[in-house]
Amino acid sequence: MHIHRLEKLWIIIGTAMLVVFLVAIGIGAYAMGNHPPGHTSSIKLDPEKVYETPPFDNPGLEKIGENEYNAYIVAYIYGYNPGNIEIPVGATVHFYVTSADVVHGFNIPGTIVNMMAIPGEVNEMTYTFDEPAEYLLLCNEYCGIGHEYMATTITVKG
Amino acid sequence: MIQVHKTTDSKLSLSHILVAYAALTIGGICGMLQGLVRGGVIELPYGIGYYQVLTAHGVLMALVFTTFFIIGFLYAGMVRTTGPLLPTVNKIAWVGFLMMTVGTVLGVIMVLLNKATVLYTFYAPMKASPWFYVALVLIVVGSWCALVAIVSQFRYWKRTHKGKISPLFAFMAASTMILWFIATLGVAATVLLQFIPWSFGWVDTINVMISRTLFWYFGHPLVYFWLLPTYVVWYVILPKMIGGKIFSDSMARLAFILFLIFSVPVGLHHQLMEPGISPTWKYIQVVLTFLVVVPSLMTAFAMFATFESYGRSKGAKGLFGWIRMLPYGDVRFLAPFVGMLLFIPAGAGGIINASNQMNAVVHNTLFVTGHFHLTVATTVALTFFGVTYWLIPHLTGRTFTKKLNRMGIWVTIIWAIGMVIMSAAMHIVGLFGAPRRTAYTTYNDHPVALEWLTYERVMAISGVLLFIAIILLVISIVMMLRAPKGEEEFPIAEVNAAAGQTPAVLDKWWIWIIILAVLIVFAYTMPFIDLINSGPGSKGWVTW
Ligand code: HEM
Ligand SMILES: [Cu+2]
Ligand SMILES: [Cu+2]
Repeated sequence: MHIHRLEKLWIIIGTAMLVVFLVAIGIGAYAMGNHPPGHTSSIKLDPEKVYETPPFDNPGLEKIGENEYNAYIVAYIYGYNPGNIEIPVGATVHFYVTSADVVHGFNIPGTIVNMMAIPGEVNEMTYTFDEPAEYLLLCNEYCGIGHEYMATTITVKG
Repeated sequence: MIQVHKTTDSKLSLSHILVAYAALTIGGICGMLQGLVRGGVIELPYGIGYYQVLTAHGVLMALVFTTFFIIGFLYAGMVRTTGPLLPTVNKIAWVGFLMMTVGTVLGVIMVLLNKATVLYTFYAPMKASPWFYVALVLIVVGSWCALVAIVSQFRYWKRTHKGKISPLFAFMAASTMILWFIATLGVAATVLLQFIPWSFGWVDTINVMISRTLFWYFGHPLVYFWLLPTYVVWYVILPKMIGGKIFSDSMARLAFILFLIFSVPVGLHHQLMEPGISPTWKYIQVVLTFLVVVPSLMTAFAMFATFESYGRSKGAKGLFGWIRMLPYGDVRFLAPFVGMLLFIPAGAGGIINASNQMNAVVHNTLFVTGHFHLTVATTVALTFFGVTYWLIPHLTGRTFTKKLNRMGIWVTIIWAIGMVIMSAAMHIVGLFGAPRRTAYTTYNDHPVALEWLTYERVMAISGVLLFIAIILLVISIVMMLRAPKGEEEFPIAEVNAAAGQTPAVLDKWWIWIIILAVLIVFAYTMPFIDLINSGPGSKGWVTW
């Protein structure tokens, strides 16, 4: 099979750049811990019994360190339980999110907190809030007639 | 030259194309309404919901317009390159057409009745009327008839031309349909085994993560089902349009085989932000996703090489002199060419979407919507528009007139401008966090959301522009059906004499299908084992 000289060169250079790129995101994921959210989490829930299953029987913030919290949040049509969370500036928050009904989104614009809330599963993500502000937390997956009203705030106090 | 018009084969192709454009027109009205609602310009009159309109838009554009157009176009090209369809092939093809059309009508009725406002992705545990899922089955099984038809015709050609390499168009048509079949196995599995028993009430619960994973096993190769026929036009038809040659037959085949292999075992890149799937398997599929860069580079090279050799043969000088030699005044060239150019920024956006960390910034924002309006709604749609301007005259035995050409150029310009503006606004506002699939809202006048409004107004204006282009396109189609009688050829380019022999191995399907099957088993077995072991399923919800 005949391949043009320039085409060989073009494919080799392109493939080399691709390898560098893939290694870079691989290093990001494995060496720097920048994995996307969610694992094959050990917590599995019965979607009908979310509020009876720990930790979601007691949704909200749990202080676990100097300025570090676990946040157990249940997404439901059309809101988040609990809503209007307040935390001090610089707090590191480990979000644990599930859904009590259909699939929802969990997105805080201006941060990289963006994940799916899925019934029966727990999604996890950690974020450190270094800027005081009133953040918007919104649902970015269609969940029904009131989807566009599904939002709350996270207030980071300076 | 094979005479096709007035035969049942040409009626077959034409019927597919006309249904495709009916879908585009209704889908376009929906698209314009979505822009106007989100921009806060209008409210939908009583009774119609935003998400109902959006479901119709997604189904009609992503599933109906594309599938009907592609199948109609591929039949016409099969006839052109392998001869009239065998009588049984023609019959199977008509059966497929009827099933797909009945499925489409049934699906649209369910959406209009507000019984299936679940968007075109129909994520569980939202539960639509079972008839909506039955409609999807009809569309998919109907499209499998097209697979059987095209592959049988291809094999018939091979049997009757022993030892010869198949026509490039026929090879590409068969690869497109094989890709489609392997992809739709996923959606067929989730609809038949999960959604239908559950929505009819035969079982109580559904495993949500398995249904999503099967959906995206289908959802990513779906985009290659749109792209491959687009590449058919670029590889096989555009060179003829400009009076040039196909740069290399073997590299074109190799590119198609690589697209086939690297577009299937990669669906997890749509689920990067989801629980229940290990990060390692997400990363493995991200790597496989990016391998598609290789055949994409080959395609880009072939395109520019074709244009450049043609320009030079016409006496173009210097490094870029050939750019001035191309027939920009001909919509049949211009529309696909503009689509090709806009594929460059579109591809760059795709790299962001599929990278496992950057995805967190854009996932489910309007950035993604902007991305696929550049890819499918610009690159693919413009290429199909360009084809339409010669294909309908070819199928109906009419001529492509100067007036039609002028109309087509306006459609191309307005569509390209509208899509560039709309997609740019969507990309930018998406980076600010504006969610996709969301009706007009300011989230209680939250300052973050108020900043999005300007961009959403721009989306509204460009949506109107796009709808004007659709009106011009529909007028052109009516004009084509009434144009003066004549002959319009189905352009198929010849291979460049210097390109050399095509190795026979490239024509041996079973090798490539086995490699693909191994990769699919590798990429999906472990994630599926994890998902099957998850907890109890979900009951159904009707939340609209
Ligand atoms: C008149 C031209 C068009 C306009 C004005 C338009 C406008 C829009 C808008 C504003 C949205 C986003 C709605 C939202 O997320 O809230 C959307 C979604 C979408 N569009 Fe278009 N569009 C047009 C043409 C097309 C074409 C030609 C295709 C494909 C062939 C297409 C495929 C889609 C798909 C698949 C979605 C996603 C639906 C969903 O999220 O469920 N659109 N369109
Ligand atoms: Cu929602
Ligand atoms: Cu994809």
